Amino acid sequence: MSALEWVFAPFQYAFMRTAAMAGVLVGVTCALLGVYVVLRRMAFIGDALAHTVLPGLVIAYLNRWNMVGGALLAGIATALGIGWLSRRREVREDTAIGILFTGMFALGILLMSSVRSFRDFTHMLFGYIVGVTDEQLRLFALLSLVIVLVLLLLHKELELTSFDPIHAEVIGLSANRLRYVLLVLMALAVVGAIQAVGVVLTSALLIVPAAAASLLTRRLPSMMALAAVIAVFSSLVGLLVSYHLDVSSGAAIVLTCIACFLLAWVVRAVRERVSVNQAS
Amino acid sequence: MILGGRPIFPYGGRRLVSAAGDAPALEAHDLSVRYPGAERPALQGVSLTVPLGTRVALVGPNGAGKSTLLKTAAGLLPVASGALSVFGARVGTFPHRVAYLAQRGELDWSFPISVRRLVLTGRYPHLGWLRWPTREDWRKADEALARLQLSDLAERQIGELSGGQQQRALLARALAQDADLLLLDEPLNAVDAATREVVSSVLRDLQREDKTVIVATHDLDRLQTDFDDALFLMDGRVVARGVGAVSEHSHAVFDLNGQTMVTA
Repeated sequence: MSALEWVFAPFQYAFMRTAAMAGVLVGVTCALLGVYVVLRRMAFIGDALAHTVLPGLVIAYLNRWNMVGGALLAGIATALGIGWLSRRREVREDTAIGILFTGMFALGILLMSSVRSFRDFTHMLFGYIVGVTDEQLRLFALLSLVIVLVLLLLHKELELTSFDPIHAEVIGLSANRLRYVLLVLMALAVVGAIQAVGVVLTSALLIVPAAAASLLTRRLPSMMALAAVIAVFSSLVGLLVSYHLDVSSGAAIVLTCIACFLLAWVVRAVRERVSVNQAS
Repeated sequence: MILGGRPIFPYGGRRLVSAAGDAPALEAHDLSVRYPGAERPALQGVSLTVPLGTRVALVGPNGAGKSTLLKTAAGLLPVASGALSVFGARVGTFPHRVAYLAQRGELDWSFPISVRRLVLTGRYPHLGWLRWPTREDWRKADEALARLQLSDLAERQIGELSGGQQQRALLARALAQDADLLLLDEPLNAVDAATREVVSSVLRDLQREDKTVIVATHDLDRLQTDFDDALFLMDGRVVARGVGAVSEHSHAVFDLNGQTMVTA
């Protein structure tokens, strides 16, 4: 089998084409938001957001509701809950998130264990990107459009509140409200990511491509573009690896992201070595 | 611009209004301020009038209430009791006309943004939601960078600047904002001599442009030359008033405490 065949042959199947498109949408949205997640040190919140969606998914599944809708509601509720909790001072923010996150996740597992069949639940936990339906794909496309549009329209405000919330407050711009906006956008992105890589690994899509990009550039727009490229590349490569080797697609996508991160690390180290040599 | 450069959707939902006649830049009457959760107020019974176009120094030991006064005037802390007005109106009425320079540590300098774009954020209150910076906004940012001798460093990431350069970048942003009242929290704290010179000369220019400047400072040597008025704060109260009285008072106080003041 030639390399070209290895890459293109799987896409003669409709489910692989749908999965690839889902991978691109999820990759781009998670990477763009991920840059803010990394720069604002919200990695833990991103992970928590993915986990707390689980009970929403399970409840929707058990009642035969739309699962994406269930995840969306749970995600937005969590985003608002985290925003509210982190404003209060009784417990530290990370502690509060830890409680919310494990509690919701446990509730999801409890609900799952009350039913006999575990097969669909495995897909929630570990992702099943080749199972994306056309209807789900259309919904992901809509969610992605909303995310990208909001990021574009609020770019200068999100950027400013990320590094200088005090100046923002002085000019009448509520840093806290923009944080809510970001949390809700993250909830929207997480819904697609769960389908691709599962609840357990979703935060990897938010964090790893953005972290890799942050090693290579010091400009926000190029960081976002690079993170998106890395995420799309990882989604497609991971999908192909999982097809050919018959392994979990979610794990393959995440491991490809990690490989990109390691590569970025090496590139940065080499670059620094070169610039030190040039300076001396 | 159809609206003459005014924001279509201003931040905070308020229309930008121009000043009400010749009201003082800042007026406090029996002002008390308390940090959320704190027992003792950080400012107590402070009364003061800062006329337009004056330069006022706030002097006093750490924790005396200098930063608190500046933060309250910037709208970052609520007034607990008494009254505080900026340009004759409630604090926050003219967000575009007030610039506040926090101490350098209160900003994430590792964020991937250039010095030029940092200075551009001074233009944001004039833009509001959904409007992108225009060529005119970039021009004002570049002008401000030039005034603070930062043009060569404009494309650097903000964390690559020295402490003094960072302080100048923040002042450049306040200039780009075209603010009429500048609230500066220890702008000369631990900066190089070049920065001191540039900042002092900019502050002199600002007075000529009828801007009002309130500075928290430890630099007593420049009190006589750089300021029209001064307040000595201690434990949240004003204990001395006027440039002469304050410099006398501070020498006495700081000698008593055995603290050495910056006399560079």
